[in-house]
Amino acid sequence: MADRMRVAFARTARALLDEDPRAALVLAEISEHYLTDALVRHPERAINVGIMEATMVGVAAGFALEGFHPIAHSIGPFIAERPFEQLKLDFGYQGLGGTFVAIGGSYDYSTEGGTHHAPGDVAAMLSIPGMEVLVPGHGYEVEPLLREVYANGRPTYLRTSSRANAEASAVAVGRMEVLRRGDLATIVAVGPLATSTLAAVADLDVTVLYATSVRPFDAATLIAVAGDRPHVIAVEPFYDGTMVPMLAGALRHVPSRFDAIGVTRAFIHDYGTPEDLDAKVGLDVAGIRRRVLAALGT
Amino acid sequence: MDTTSDALAPVRALIARATGDQKHEDSTDSTVDVLWVLYDRVLRVDPTDPHAEWRDRFVLSKGHGPASLYAILADKGFFPADWLDRFMDRAGRLGAHPDRTQVPGIEASTGSLGHGLPIAVGIALALRAKGAGEPRVFVLVGDAELNEGSNWEAILLAPYLRLDNLTLVAIDNHSSTIPMAPWEARLGSFGWDVAVVDGRDHAALEVALARRPTDRPTAVVADIPRRA
Repeated sequence: MADRMRVAFARTARALLDEDPRAALVLAEISEHYLTDALVRHPERAINVGIMEATMVGVAAGFALEGFHPIAHSIGPFIAERPFEQLKLDFGYQGLGGTFVAIGGSYDYSTEGGTHHAPGDVAAMLSIPGMEVLVPGHGYEVEPLLREVYANGRPTYLRTSSRANAEASAVAVGRMEVLRRGDLATIVAVGPLATSTLAAVADLDVTVLYATSVRPFDAATLIAVAGDRPHVIAVEPFYDGTMVPMLAGALRHVPSRFDAIGVTRAFIHDYGTPEDLDAKVGLDVAGIRRRVLAALGT
Repeated sequence: MDTTSDALAPVRALIARATGDQKHEDSTDSTVDVLWVLYDRVLRVDPTDPHAEWRDRFVLSKGHGPASLYAILADKGFFPADWLDRFMDRAGRLGAHPDRTQVPGIEASTGSLGHGLPIAVGIALALRAKGAGEPRVFVLVGDAELNEGSNWEAILLAPYLRLDNLTLVAIDNHSSTIPMAPWEARLGSFGWDVAVVDGRDHAALEVALARRPTDRPTAVVADIPRRA
């Protein structure tokens, strides 16, 4: 259950390797046991390089230079941060396409300490011009997103998590879904925080949008529902404020107010379950509600 | 010894068009002989079809001192020689580090050290996956560039993958604070086939670069004595 997104990623990656002779997979040990079958069936295109993330991404770029569609994978900090320069230069600057699938969300590895946390990953990825960022909120949403992007010729960061919404949505790149309508504010709930957000604002007169596609961002839907004097509140599963540039970019034509409810910007030195850390950083239902009410001034 | 200032005279004139008449920087001068031998005698490439599937791939990993590479690419006809007149100019396409999106014949955009060798490993794997047995992948690094740890990841990986289509060309102009020699012991212990040759001896370079063992990657170290 908790591993549903990783299982969906592995199943989809294996299927893509079977279906598309130009699909390639590069691992650095992480999730090797989820992909053993793919590594055995396609040893020429599915490679476990060992614990060397910079080289994992460089090797993926070499595949891309030769016309393949590489997928690379690790835990968030070890694919978004450790080989950041390889993502920026080998893919971004060189204009190559590839898909970088992270597991672990911000702090799914809640007992492992801050070395395994990555609440800054999405902001880092957004700093790379052209890097797409997708944050599915349910295991069923991984396959359609991965299939849509893996061969599109652009770099994409696909951030998965062991945390998930109660129900899946029909997701697509660059599209938000309207979950409910209200007048006081527009909440953009990102990825696996949709269910918690709906619970937190159940009795409040607010619109709730569900976003899995951070970049490209669905500006049209936000403009359509946010009204003349928008108050937009992001509820985001990474450092708070990460979404604000996307929201502000969409609404730059109209005076707007933004609030950000995300992972508070401090290193986490606590352990326990991911739910324990939600409460610590203010992203449990009670914390989201408290912060939404504060943003609404009520 | 087959050091041929005559053979290189046209290239040196082209380099001068890019860099002016000042003394060339070490990173340009130290690579010119190896690059000349590669493009004149070893690499199978077609300037009129720089993306031909059958071509050998060359990655200038260190990215530094590309004027010699630009001059040779122009000499071979990859792009007009007058591009060299606008080296590092706002109207030009040739920067102080090469950009694959701007320059025909440049396989990878480099300049940040330690990127080219992992990319070259990926290219070599991709060629193997395509069933392209003939093309070879050459990647040029500097001795100081090999301080970067990402290279050693790839140096560990390539023999494990038995990448016999990969050749590491290391220019040892003794610019590394930490000496990289003894090369045979260091790279050999990782499983590479290692040859250390005089970096100005064209015949020796050609023999070393042409060698392709059947089960392992090769490293050709071009030794360039440090300038007094």
